Amino acid sequence: MKDFANEKWTRRSLLTAIGLAGGTAAMYDAMLSMGYAANSDFTGPITLQGNAKGASVVILGAGIAGMVAAHEMRKAGYKVKILEFNNRPGGRNWSLHAGDSYTDIGGTTQKADFAPGQYFNPGPWRLPYHHQGILHYCKMLNVPLESFVMYNNAALVHSANAFGGKPKRFREVAADYEGHISELLAKATSQNKLDDQLDKDEKDGVLQMLKSWGGLDKNYEYKKGEISSDFRGYDIPPGGGLQAGPVPSDIMPRKELLTSSLWNALYFPKQWDFQGQLFQPKGGMGEIGKAFGKLLDGVIQYDCKVTDIHQDETGVTVTYINSKTGGAPKTEKADWCVNTIPVSVLSQIPMNVGPKMRTAIDSLPYLPAVKVGLQFKRRFWEEDDNIYGGNTYTDQPIFNISYPSHGFFEKGPAVLLGAYIYRSGMRVYNFEALSAQEQIEAALEQGSKIHPQYRAEFMNGIAVAWHRVPWTLGCSGLWNDALREKNYENMCAVDNRIVLAGEHCSHLMAWQEGSVLSALDAITRLHKRVIAA
Amino acid sequence: MKTTTALIMIALVSTLVGSAHAQSNRNLLPQQGGEALYKGICQDCHMPDGRGAIGAGQYPALAKNPKLAEPGYPISVVTHGFKSMPAFGNALSDQQIADVVNYIRAGHFGNSYKDKVKPEDVKNAR
Repeated sequence: MKDFANEKWTRRSLLTAIGLAGGTAAMYDAMLSMGYAANSDFTGPITLQGNAKGASVVILGAGIAGMVAAHEMRKAGYKVKILEFNNRPGGRNWSLHAGDSYTDIGGTTQKADFAPGQYFNPGPWRLPYHHQGILHYCKMLNVPLESFVMYNNAALVHSANAFGGKPKRFREVAADYEGHISELLAKATSQNKLDDQLDKDEKDGVLQMLKSWGGLDKNYEYKKGEISSDFRGYDIPPGGGLQAGPVPSDIMPRKELLTSSLWNALYFPKQWDFQGQLFQPKGGMGEIGKAFGKLLDGVIQYDCKVTDIHQDETGVTVTYINSKTGGAPKTEKADWCVNTIPVSVLSQIPMNVGPKMRTAIDSLPYLPAVKVGLQFKRRFWEEDDNIYGGNTYTDQPIFNISYPSHGFFEKGPAVLLGAYIYRSGMRVYNFEALSAQEQIEAALEQGSKIHPQYRAEFMNGIAVAWHRVPWTLGCSGLWNDALREKNYENMCAVDNRIVLAGEHCSHLMAWQEGSVLSALDAITRLHKRVIAA
Repeated sequence: MKTTTALIMIALVSTLVGSAHAQSNRNLLPQQGGEALYKGICQDCHMPDGRGAIGAGQYPALAKNPKLAEPGYPISVVTHGFKSMPAFGNALSDQQIADVVNYIRAGHFGNSYKDKVKPEDVKNAR
């Protein structure tokens, strides 16, 4: 038996241990919650050096990866053409605005019956400040960005099994965990129970830190009073003039808190992917795709369903039909191919690549995920509850409610994210398997436990289950360490005249930054081959 | 009615959000019996009537699909996954996989194969 206690817990060894203890699905969860390897290595815009001699490239997919590749290769002198399944640019970079509609692979059409200016992002929705690749293209495309509120102390944490199912404010949960644990640690320290670990100077430092950080009183206790209420908020906050003085709030009993699962929500603001500052494009994430589409006007051919990809010593021939009307197959021929089709779809398209890349393509499962957008008559979360943007978390299946980070204080209808289901492993399929109407109903039912205003204020909603999105058949590539070890390099390697790109060819699963970095890396390697040819 | 059933089902699915301390039974999906399993999982992609669906790629129809004649095929696909079909081997017990394969192969979607799959068949295919 491996002695884990004496081992330095690297992220990888922790994942391995979780994998051993809980099976692969648990490891997937843990990987996602740790944002495994989600670092961006963007070092600035690339320049493809050397003469492409008018070589042509056919790019499959007008998502972020495909459009980055097209833009950069066109700049380097390539003749570029993109074939895109949808009738719009962006791929998963996608917003549903008032009046838009969406038809899933089962033929169910939902209309975004939103008030003017309201929108819903079924896919990506936030841009961390360190995702400098996608941010670079936002700047290049003049897509205006605004703050995305990830963490809001006034937002809520909810567990059906804790505190009678009554939601708590983030500030209360964070303050009480930190306060209670600081008190325990301060006791252990001052009672000399940590003397084998800490010398006197360290003990002084720890006590000083715990008192200040944990909101402890002069006796190193976490108690109801002005010190703790300065962290967790007051029952009656400090007022002016002859108003009542501040009335401190009750702290949550230690045992009830420590035996709850509310701590699960606290990791978000600490995590690299979700640390501020984050951004969102004004008017919806889909603005990036739209702007890219304009830049590449004439390059993208829409409504193309690729049915065959064939390469030989003279080039690559892509066969496609009209994705709406079918009809006679057409072909597009080019010297090279950058293929950004999600491998969930690509695995079904005949393509003559080597067995290693074929295995990689055929072996990558796609993350199940559901998002539900709900439009309400008014911003009751702002008006009644003083919640301006940010995220509420619950241990109900809906997992996440996110309040709009834009349009603060506006009157009239507003859309919030009423469910974001992706972190419960294979159980997400249970939610995906519901009809859109049932998903909306579930979001309302569970959301009502947190915001009782839901039913009275609800207008309409829209639900997107990613395995039913016709052009991706899933949310994003779901790598684990074993798969990555076996297949990742083979997925990314250039196979004669074809190279794959997209978030599935990156270490940033489900992030647009992965699409950008993958595209830049893929075309840099392909270009070297072209120059050498 | 359908909605009510679905909501009860969701209520049964308790998610341990973000917990890294997994228990071994945690990964098994809660649905029992072929119908509950099909409706709780498979119909997401293969559709409630088993007709499958076509987009940029496709989800194959189960209705009258000759590939179901040999029970080892659906057992393997459900257990180990195949292309865009995820592997459910870690999420379903031998009994659950046998139940859902039997549901698909007999009495539904126009399929009427007589040979029943047993949990041992699944065990041997793992």
